[in-house]
Amino acid sequence: MSSTSSVKRDRIELIGLYVVSIVLAFVIAAILVNTSGGSWSKAVEAMMNGAFKNPGRWGETLRRAAPLLIVAAGSAVAAKAGIINIGQEGQVLVGATGAAFIMTKIQPGSPLMLILGIILGMLAGAAWAGIAALLYYWRRVPVVLSTLLLVYLSSQMTGYTMTRKSLLLEIVKGSPNRIQNSAKTAVNSRLGIMHIFGNNVPLTVPVAIIVAVGVAYMLAHSVWGFRLKMLGLNPRTAQRAGVSHVRFGTMALLTSGAAAGLAGSLMLATGESNYRVSSGFSASVGWDGLLVALVARNNPYASIPVALAFASLHTGSNFLAAAGVESVLVDVIRGLLVLALFIPPAVSELRKKRRVLDLMTERA
Amino acid sequence: MLAFLGSFGDILANGPLYQSTFRLAAILVFAAAGEWVAERAGTINISVEAMLLGGHFATAIAYTQTSNFAFSLAVGALAGVFVSSFQAYLSHYLNADQFGIGLTLNILLLGLVAFLEPNFDLSTKLAGEVKVPLLYDIPILGPAMFGQRWPMYLVYAVVPLSWWLLMRTKWGLEVRAVGEDPQAADVTGIHVNARRRHAILYTGFIAGLGGGVYLLGQVGRFESGNIGGKGIIAIAAVIFGGWTLRGAVAGCILFGYVDALRLNLPNIVGHDFNAQLLAALPFLATIVVMLIFAKHTRQPVSLARPFLRGLK
Repeated sequence: MSSTSSVKRDRIELIGLYVVSIVLAFVIAAILVNTSGGSWSKAVEAMMNGAFKNPGRWGETLRRAAPLLIVAAGSAVAAKAGIINIGQEGQVLVGATGAAFIMTKIQPGSPLMLILGIILGMLAGAAWAGIAALLYYWRRVPVVLSTLLLVYLSSQMTGYTMTRKSLLLEIVKGSPNRIQNSAKTAVNSRLGIMHIFGNNVPLTVPVAIIVAVGVAYMLAHSVWGFRLKMLGLNPRTAQRAGVSHVRFGTMALLTSGAAAGLAGSLMLATGESNYRVSSGFSASVGWDGLLVALVARNNPYASIPVALAFASLHTGSNFLAAAGVESVLVDVIRGLLVLALFIPPAVSELRKKRRVLDLMTERA
Repeated sequence: MLAFLGSFGDILANGPLYQSTFRLAAILVFAAAGEWVAERAGTINISVEAMLLGGHFATAIAYTQTSNFAFSLAVGALAGVFVSSFQAYLSHYLNADQFGIGLTLNILLLGLVAFLEPNFDLSTKLAGEVKVPLLYDIPILGPAMFGQRWPMYLVYAVVPLSWWLLMRTKWGLEVRAVGEDPQAADVTGIHVNARRRHAILYTGFIAGLGGGVYLLGQVGRFESGNIGGKGIIAIAAVIFGGWTLRGAVAGCILFGYVDALRLNLPNIVGHDFNAQLLAALPFLATIVVMLIFAKHTRQPVSLARPFLRGLK
């Protein structure tokens, strides 16, 4: 049997597996909807309307997809270096909070403040991830654990900055503050929004594509990317070849945090939650972005369609309530979908290995 | 200064503080006693969070339907096993990334519970209090450790159970071998991935039970936010304990104490603290404690490394 035909068969098999498992995920979701008293066809229609069909909605979908893509590109950098950063949710939030310090405090803002704010946001995200790097390289605390703990910490810490007027709490004259959020960002420190066919497409979209393509290029063609990959594939060999685990590992983690911080500060600059930061500001962008990277197997190009798919699930969910279905259904669908997308490559690998073993036993 | 020392004394001699420490530590101990076994087999299960939540929710449903405490706890344990079977088979049969699977399970279960909850008219009650004679009369610690609602006492069973299984059975020896040197274990005829799967299923059983005990023995009413991060802190406790059960339990008590301080400090000291900072306290303390102690431990050599035959 020639090797080309076996490659082709593997590919067809893989695509078939993907189709089956994705369909299965949606069937399970449909059964859930129907057993809980909803109608799955109405739910699908509502989601299509929410994500694309209704006026202005695909612009919203793109608005959601852009930060996901940035976060995913950053996660890919860490993952290539063999470091499992799963704290993007916190890094996004801390990044946005950092940006808000500049964008709300310095009034009247100038366009320079926008750039400064974004830079501070990136630094804040990187610093938050840097804590995990410090804990790992200094005290051997696993990065998985520390990044996760930092997610929980981040929402409380940003929440705290919203309770102190000296920090970020909006100062409202004559009334006690009940809602804890920051003031609106200064008008000058906001990022432009393009109007295309009645949709508002924020400038984050081209930025996100540039980031994704840039990361893909750097990983594939630069010495830096090569070193990161070497570190990820075999830390010991990398160390022998002069790639310091501490230096490049820390750098990968900081890059990943900075990307999440960038996503957070861009969300703030383009008007997410009405140009205000609160402790719920990140709205799962970090989790979703991480899942995008996982599903796209840390390939920034593949992350683009996956980010779009995840974003349309999110924007579609906003219309679910009108169809009589709880909008949290989308969390279930997303989880099922991610599990479904994990399975085909794993099954395909397993079968490939079995075939090789069979071949070996035949020869023996 | 004297006032400060005085309030410090109040904190140390405060009975209710120790009682709530015990209760908050108990759920961590359930999760950690299970997670310890899985980690010795070589998996970091971040889905232990999902297993706790699964047990918590399933117990609430079962109790609403049957009003039987023991049965509901059993259902909770089985729900934990069900959740853990996804982690076990996806990461140690199909070799998918264990952290990706764990994270996805956590997110999926949170969504699933939030989606399903409104469909059930959940009503649960706390189980009855049982005061253990004699032991209850020990000052301060007695009421804390032996004056609880009866499901909480299961914690005294799961810790020795985990220890005995891992340290005194053939299965346990194999599980430990698999976590240290899977290649060597494989050569001696141990089915590496099967042992890892078993360990994860056991974690699911204990964590699911713990989720149920937390519902019927402490909180009394189901809320999907009840678990929020407790599984993660339990993992931290296992690492804090240097992958020994003794150490893990000590870690749970420490983190439980911090959590209890969070709840009781304003009452004891009579001073209002910032709510956000108080809520951050357990996580902050966990990070600080890890910073101090994590270095001095030896982790299972093959922790978080997948096993594929012929691959080293």
